Amino acid sequence: MTRAWDPRIEEMPVESLKKLQYTLLKTLVYRLYSFSPFYHRRMEEWGVHPDDIRSLDDIRKLPFMYKKDLRDNYPDKLFLASQEDLVRYHVSSGTTGKPTVVGYTERDLENWTVSLARALVSCGLGRGDVIQVSYGYGLFTGGLGLHYGAERIGATVLPMSVGNTERQIELMQDLGATAIACTPSYLLHIGEVAEKMGVSIRDDTRLRTGILGAEPWSENMRQRIQNWLGIKAYDIYGTSELSGPMFCECSEQKGFHVWGDLAYVEILDPKTQEPLPPGERGEMVITMLQKEALPLVRYRIGDISALDESVCPCGRTHPRVQRITGRVDDMLIIRGINVFPSQIEYALMTIPEVGQHFQIIVDRKGALDDMLVQVEVSPEAFSDKITDLMAIRKKVEHKLRNILNVGVNVELVEPGSLPRFEGKAKRVIDRRKI
Amino acid sequence: MGVDSFVIKQISVFSENKPGRLAAIAKALQEEKINILAFSIAEADGFGVVRALVDKPQRAHEKLGKMGFNVAFTDVIAVQMKDEPGGLYEIAKILGQGGINIEYAYAYSGKGGAVLILRVDNTEAAIAAIQKGGAKLLESSLFQ
Repeated sequence: MTRAWDPRIEEMPVESLKKLQYTLLKTLVYRLYSFSPFYHRRMEEWGVHPDDIRSLDDIRKLPFMYKKDLRDNYPDKLFLASQEDLVRYHVSSGTTGKPTVVGYTERDLENWTVSLARALVSCGLGRGDVIQVSYGYGLFTGGLGLHYGAERIGATVLPMSVGNTERQIELMQDLGATAIACTPSYLLHIGEVAEKMGVSIRDDTRLRTGILGAEPWSENMRQRIQNWLGIKAYDIYGTSELSGPMFCECSEQKGFHVWGDLAYVEILDPKTQEPLPPGERGEMVITMLQKEALPLVRYRIGDISALDESVCPCGRTHPRVQRITGRVDDMLIIRGINVFPSQIEYALMTIPEVGQHFQIIVDRKGALDDMLVQVEVSPEAFSDKITDLMAIRKKVEHKLRNILNVGVNVELVEPGSLPRFEGKAKRVIDRRKI
Repeated sequence: MGVDSFVIKQISVFSENKPGRLAAIAKALQEEKINILAFSIAEADGFGVVRALVDKPQRAHEKLGKMGFNVAFTDVIAVQMKDEPGGLYEIAKILGQGGINIEYAYAYSGKGGAVLILRVDNTEAAIAAIQKGGAKLLESSLFQ
């Protein structure tokens, strides 16, 4: 068991934690009803008053907030703190629309830092570690967030930011970095560049921990990184709306602990908005219980995951959220069944005969949805025999049917013929006219 | 004569079943001044495999591979047939009696006679059976 940063909070009995959450929620709702014209109006539209919140479960009576609300109120119309009380801004990149601005009071920064201090200690880091922060510093929350979290636990910070990969590797060696915080794809890139430089991350550096996030990645990718680089890789989660990276897996590596005194997580059915039982995958909805400058209530963050409320073997009582497995926006409904492109990606990674690139084409044949998945035959698996190729196709179809619970057709295409994506992949072509 | 001298390197290319793919392959071979001596397309649902005997298989492999095609070498043999009724039967009978299975075959008939190109489950045994049966195998050097 790893020692906790704040055992009094992190190992608090579940019942006490729920009481604390209820108190914080009640305070938050009164505050918003009194001081946020936006949320006051929305509560009135929903016909709910702060007095209606009489238990933690009553959170379900409260109206949702959306990314669109932040955009529509650009830059700071949703802030509940005046500019003099803000100590920092961060701005999201706005790749999917107008950027969103997040403001922080001194206490917001403190809570953010504490959240990361707990998270970093939970995966075994502390005084004596050298943490290379290779997330971008600046308007993006990753760099500065990890920076202050790592300093708080007494680790030595190497504030690299992104880029200049050869220098990253040199300093990693020279200063004996024991941990790196960056995106999983950037760490793979570092590994490749290091090999070209004749440096083995496993044998020639002290690196043993990766704090990886800010983009979706899979369990297979974790195994690959761990086996190749000889480190333990932990999933970290957060978005600028929450403050930045906030929650990280503990040494158990079975989902990230969401600190219940800071945030309350619901998992809802994306179609009905009804709560799903623990373990079932659905849309994650987050309420930030203590944010001062930019409070969020039932924020539809758009990520798909499942909740594990059982007490973790590490001793922490706070619920764990499983690795993010997709975005609500990406969800397809095929013959009534929810399908996420990330499930297909996961399935394909286990079949070496096909590459990991794919494209989904959805159409309607008569009254029925028809899903076609195009995959590339890998050069190693290519056989001159038609029967071998048909067998590969069968294998992929079978695997996808097992994982998705819906029948799909698979088409083998030439290597390199499917579109490649840098950044956000667009893998679905939906031709259904409904 | 060693068995190896009868083993011919055929190139096999994975191709999507859509207009222009064969043209792309053929154009690439033309650009490399590679001559196609025999050729067939095997077709399945949505894709196909183009199989060809060419005079410079190594160069064809490199060129098509560089273009992103899936290319493989496959060992085949070529048998001289009589260009008259019963010519194919004679060869097929030898293989059948030898317990050799034909995976696929294609043939051409030209001024030098008719030639049957065979992909079999056991190339060495096929060569031995054909020689013993009195039919004539063509050496790979005739093609490549």
